[in-house]
Amino acid sequence: MTDLLSKFDPLIAQREGLLATGLTDPFNLVMERVKSPTVAICNGKRTILLGTYNYMGMTFDPEVIAAGKQALEDYGSGTTGSRVLNGTYQGHRECEDALRDFYAMDHAMVFSTGYQANLGIISTIAGKEDYIVLDVDSHASIYDGCALGNAQIVPFRHNDIEALEKRLKRLPPEAGKLVILEGVYSMLGDVAPLDKMVPLAKAHGAMVLVDEAHSMGFIGEHGRGVAEAQGVLDEVDFVIGTFSKSVGTVGGFCVSNHPKFEILRLVTRPYVFTASLPPSVVATAATSIRKLMHGADKRQHLWDNSRTLHAGLKRLGFTLGTEEPQSAIIAVIMPGLEQGAAMWEALLNEGLYVNLARPPATPANMTLLRCSLCAEHSAEQVEEILGMFERAGRATGCIS
Amino acid sequence: MTDRDETARKIIALIEPYNKKGIAVTESTRFAQDLEWDSLTVLDFVAGIEDEFDILITMNQQAEIETVGQLIDAVGELKG
Repeated sequence: MTDLLSKFDPLIAQREGLLATGLTDPFNLVMERVKSPTVAICNGKRTILLGTYNYMGMTFDPEVIAAGKQALEDYGSGTTGSRVLNGTYQGHRECEDALRDFYAMDHAMVFSTGYQANLGIISTIAGKEDYIVLDVDSHASIYDGCALGNAQIVPFRHNDIEALEKRLKRLPPEAGKLVILEGVYSMLGDVAPLDKMVPLAKAHGAMVLVDEAHSMGFIGEHGRGVAEAQGVLDEVDFVIGTFSKSVGTVGGFCVSNHPKFEILRLVTRPYVFTASLPPSVVATAATSIRKLMHGADKRQHLWDNSRTLHAGLKRLGFTLGTEEPQSAIIAVIMPGLEQGAAMWEALLNEGLYVNLARPPATPANMTLLRCSLCAEHSAEQVEEILGMFERAGRATGCIS
Repeated sequence: MTDRDETARKIIALIEPYNKKGIAVTESTRFAQDLEWDSLTVLDFVAGIEDEFDILITMNQQAEIETVGQLIDAVGELKG
């Protein structure tokens, strides 16, 4: 008998090799208690959270929590059904209303996760004869959406406008075309030149989908994302987002002005064939989204945090994913996996949690310590974080 | 020199900058196993081929191409 798991032997060996050096398993951390959006107890120790993507710190907002409790009381713990059968409650409608108001768009469709939003929309709108042109650094959910739909996939080099243009020019003129971009790319925290790429795609007859998972609530005058900040939101056909970042709960969505959008509710398999979100989740999401519409002060503070941490880490001698802070993600590039894991553990011992990202999830086989700031981090916490990076960096030899 | 020979010559020339192990490239050379290219190298190489012949090779088509010989044939077909 062939052991179907044998194909994972190299990964098993790599993991065992890493743990044999005595390091804590970076992928097995347990948050024993969570005290606020920025502090948890891990391994019995107070730990500052700097790797949660909780950008706007909504997870402990009293109004958000109250809305969730009320929905739990009024509607029970779950819907036990699909959105197109028994799974659409008043709260799902209210959540979609909140999204339409937030983006000032005609249509909104809520999915059970952000992953399913990409999987569903991409696989449904682009079929076998259509072409999808996408940035090579696109999120796994985008690639999986492409695979589920069987479209012809054409990748181009990350954020390379000329490479995108060359490929658009070579597509058959009569073919259906979809260009997929992200506002903020989560690995390095860099922003896409949407102001150049979106008009270029439209000029070549392509529809455009932009994933704004890492910019919602934070980037743009109304927090609508990079497309808003760069003045091209009106030209985008579909915006995909998630509730598990700035909104502070779980779920995904697509908003659009397309006049035929509503038919997607009947033909999108990851929407039709899965259970809808629990009433408490959509109630927290709707409340949070409406509060994010008035989050200008929080956005300002988050930008201040991002600039301070970026400048501080650069001054200490770390190599960062972007020259300037472009988002709330600051990626610290490590020399390799072993030193990256050692640095991750040293930071945890200092009382700081960051994300360790490693190949194959990272571009160019990099090992990254990804920091994601929160609007609830105080200026003092950011200084404390810099002290932790300095001590851990010197102890592991990452900085001199 | 036939059209196929000319295509083969150009493709083998485009492989050279990425031939880090310096192996002798023939039509049976396999991109993944013999040249050990990672995904970024594949992306750059494919972009070079596309520019040279003014064609488009989708990821779906790439999945079917394992050897240099198969690429030469695929490029020949795509050029039309």
